[in-house]
Amino acid sequence: MHTLNELKCTFPARSENESFARTMVCAFAAQLDPTVEDLADLRTAVSEAVTNSIVHAYRGGVPGPITITVRLLPGGVIYIRITDRGCGIADIAQAMTPLYSSAPAEERAGLGFTVMQSFTDKLTVTSRPGHGTTVVMRKKMQHGTEQQTADCS
Amino acid sequence: MVELKQEPQKLTAFLSGELDHHHAKEIREAIDFAVREQYPPVLILDFKQVSFMDSSGIGLIMGRSRLLEEYGGVLEIHNPPPHIRKVLRISGADRLAVIRNTSRKERPKPAQKPPAIPIPEMPEITELLPETAPEKEKGTEPEHAYAQ
Repeated sequence: MHTLNELKCTFPARSENESFARTMVCAFAAQLDPTVEDLADLRTAVSEAVTNSIVHAYRGGVPGPITITVRLLPGGVIYIRITDRGCGIADIAQAMTPLYSSAPAEERAGLGFTVMQSFTDKLTVTSRPGHGTTVVMRKKMQHGTEQQTADCS
Repeated sequence: MVELKQEPQKLTAFLSGELDHHHAKEIREAIDFAVREQYPPVLILDFKQVSFMDSSGIGLIMGRSRLLEEYGGVLEIHNPPPHIRKVLRISGADRLAVIRNTSRKERPKPAQKPPAIPIPEMPEITELLPETAPEKEKGTEPEHAYAQ
């Protein structure tokens, strides 16, 4: 699909970068002038994906890279790809099961993928154990101002 | 960030800022330290000042819920903003705790004392009325008119 605008960013998988990553994606999406609710949903979904990479991908080792690609697609759709080069997920279905967590001792709720699914329109997870994981999300952003105008007329 | 308020029957944790994985640990440790010191019958997590929360916040709620279950304490969630309410609903965490909207009662600012200003003004008005009334009484006519 034709990409209207694109942003690419790589940073180390450190928890200090969680806030930066979700804020960056939202700042990019702001050009669509989306609704407050859609922007909050996007922010949360990105935070979940990035946190997963930070918590699980490079467990016990040096924090490796996380790469985020954000694209603006026609029709007000935001495409987000979040990739790490970490340990990978052997059983994706199990990882996506609500309340399942491989790190319960750290009080991870096991709801990261559930939130990503709920807050975006499409979620795809691909992973190769020992090579890394890629999460792709798409979300159509409702135009804040235009929608309000439409409601009034 | 978290600010704790200890009272005889309850412990209130006023959370603020962004509740993500990075900040959750510090908040969790502060709350748990206070809980183990006091074993409050009620623990309140107040979300009024929380600007962002992801499932790390759910982990925080689930963990505190388990901690309180150990000794029979009750967990309450106060004042979640709309987006946090949505995360709570999706995760089912709204079934782990009582959710209340108490912002008006719970967080009165010391400066806000609205009755203090109008009350001193009111006696002035009532004092003015008797002063004007006796003057009219001297004229007698209005009194007769009403008596009839």
